Amino acid sequence: MFMEHLSNGIALGSIYALTAIGYTMVYGIIRLINFAHGDLYMVGAFLTLTAITILNLPIAAAMLFGMAGAALFGIAIAKFAYSPVFKAPRISLFLSAIGVAIFLENFAMLVWGPETQSFPEVMTNKIYNFAGFRMSTIQIIIIVVTIVLVSVLSYIVKYTKMGKAMRCVSQDMDTARLMGINTNRVVYFTFALGSALGATAGALVGMYYKAVFPMMGFVPGLKAFISAVIGGIGSIPGAMIGGMLMGVSESLGAAYVSSGYRDAIAFVILIIVLLFKPTGILGKTMKEKV
Amino acid sequence: MTNLMTVLRNLIFYSVILFVAIQVLARFFDFASKKLIKVGGGKKKLLIAGVGVFALVLPLLLAGEPYILRTSVMVLLYIVLALSLNIVLGQAGQLSLGHSAFYALGAYTMAILTVSFGVNFWIALVAGGVVAGIFGFVLGIPTLRLKGDYLAIVTVGFGEILRLILINWGTFTRGPAGIPGIPSPSFFGMAVKGNTGYYYIILVMVIVTIIISKRLEDSRLGRGLAAVKDDEIAAESMGVNPANMKILAFVLGAVIAGFAGGFFASFVHYVNPDNFTYMESVTILTMVVLGGLGSIPGVIVGAVILAILPEALRDISTYRYAIYGILLAMMMIIRPQGMISLDSLKRRSAADENPRSIWNFKSFRRSNGR
Repeated sequence: MFMEHLSNGIALGSIYALTAIGYTMVYGIIRLINFAHGDLYMVGAFLTLTAITILNLPIAAAMLFGMAGAALFGIAIAKFAYSPVFKAPRISLFLSAIGVAIFLENFAMLVWGPETQSFPEVMTNKIYNFAGFRMSTIQIIIIVVTIVLVSVLSYIVKYTKMGKAMRCVSQDMDTARLMGINTNRVVYFTFALGSALGATAGALVGMYYKAVFPMMGFVPGLKAFISAVIGGIGSIPGAMIGGMLMGVSESLGAAYVSSGYRDAIAFVILIIVLLFKPTGILGKTMKEKV
Repeated sequence: MTNLMTVLRNLIFYSVILFVAIQVLARFFDFASKKLIKVGGGKKKLLIAGVGVFALVLPLLLAGEPYILRTSVMVLLYIVLALSLNIVLGQAGQLSLGHSAFYALGAYTMAILTVSFGVNFWIALVAGGVVAGIFGFVLGIPTLRLKGDYLAIVTVGFGEILRLILINWGTFTRGPAGIPGIPSPSFFGMAVKGNTGYYYIILVMVIVTIIISKRLEDSRLGRGLAAVKDDEIAAESMGVNPANMKILAFVLGAVIAGFAGGFFASFVHYVNPDNFTYMESVTILTMVVLGGLGSIPGVIVGAVILAILPEALRDISTYRYAIYGILLAMMMIIRPQGMISLDSLKRRSAADENPRSIWNFKSFRRSNGR
């Protein structure tokens, strides 16, 4: 039983990790907790579902459609809701993000309906046994997709020109601009990338639990954010570690402590981390200048 | 697809209306507050007395209109809630998104004490305030280490955990089914039956809340809160203890919200966990932001507008929260200081000179967060 909960936890953790990377990247660039990120995950799931049921696309193409759609959503949000308040105090930016999150949830409710929609069976689900470590096809797919996407992302951040620009902007936006970097483009690119990753996570969750509904992004979004904080916000490997820790502890906690309070576990972890190591596992300490 | 087109068309249409409405209201309130600020002491007292008399005789005018009277009670209830959040958010500058948790605590204390233990309404009302205040103190402790958006996430978590407890602790809270049959209060032996009685109870609560907010604003504690909001480090160096101030703000806001919750439970005679979701916190937050953070008349105006709006727009109630979302983002872009801002009422706030403050709306300087 323990191994089964562990493999469930790892699959869940991969999803949190994918979502947490979006939070961490956006936070690294503009110091904003993108409250709407969890809802982009939901939008990604709905777009993938729509592509399968209405456009009759195969699952891989449908997921690409969901990613592209969510990336466009992400850019539109950054353009219309965030960029007018970039230079305003952070509280305005954050309240604007809360507004966008509420809007997206209710937008999805209006377009796709408030009820839970079932995700069609897209593949035969078999159980594999690796020396007591039981995993289903879908869990393996989730883990493989996560590894591939994170590798691609690390390549982009480390070795491409845009990635270099992203790292510059995250260190100091004003200086980056002085050095001739088009910071707006970097910001939009970051939002697009983060939203696409979030959308993939949403689509995978849709496949995993076979259910898609407008509020599905709210609690996972908070948990993914908490994962990003545990790992050290702003750090991509930190988000991976945090996501895995969150997934495993939630899965084990639900199994051995109480299943009714599985959503509460995340917040308890958050409060503990923030009280004892607010910078997270891989985070850098930031001193406040007076 | 046709559905998508209709939704998009409607949303664009509502956004345009919202944009125009914000602009018009902003002009109107700017004009009105400029006029009112010049009004002298005597006339001001007359004005306040006029509003008071109007509020007192309103139930008599609405004797034949139970629906409007009920709506007025809800409007007053939301004024209390918005003012209680304003103490935390507007006066002390702590971003709390879990305010519905305190509201829920008050309501459930009322429900459990009156239904299961047969306690008197008034005692249960006070108990609700006390319970909410204790939890406000508990939530206030993490705020000592957290700021801005981190704090907001912790408060969201607090609200969610409380809701989970209400759902899961079946033996005590009756779970998702909620607690029905909460009795009406009695006042010196007279049972408060109709909406009129409730109207006067909540009116007293509104007046008390306004007095507390106003007195707090002008008191030593209130100045301390404002100092912590503008610049915590500077406040500390001037001898203000930010820890005490923040906890005080949380406890005070929680107690008032707890009283409002107790009243609500008795008023609708039924509570269940769905009444106290995150969306309820967002509604209260939107009221405070729309009216003007930290400005008492502003918050009252915001609460009145947003409490009446859903009743007036019953036909498009499915769009309600989508419109709230657009409203929040739009307010931040075109009028972040709210309808009746502090700045238009008195001198510029000290936050405007401090580039480190998250409340600095005037000097748009970015330090990239460091």
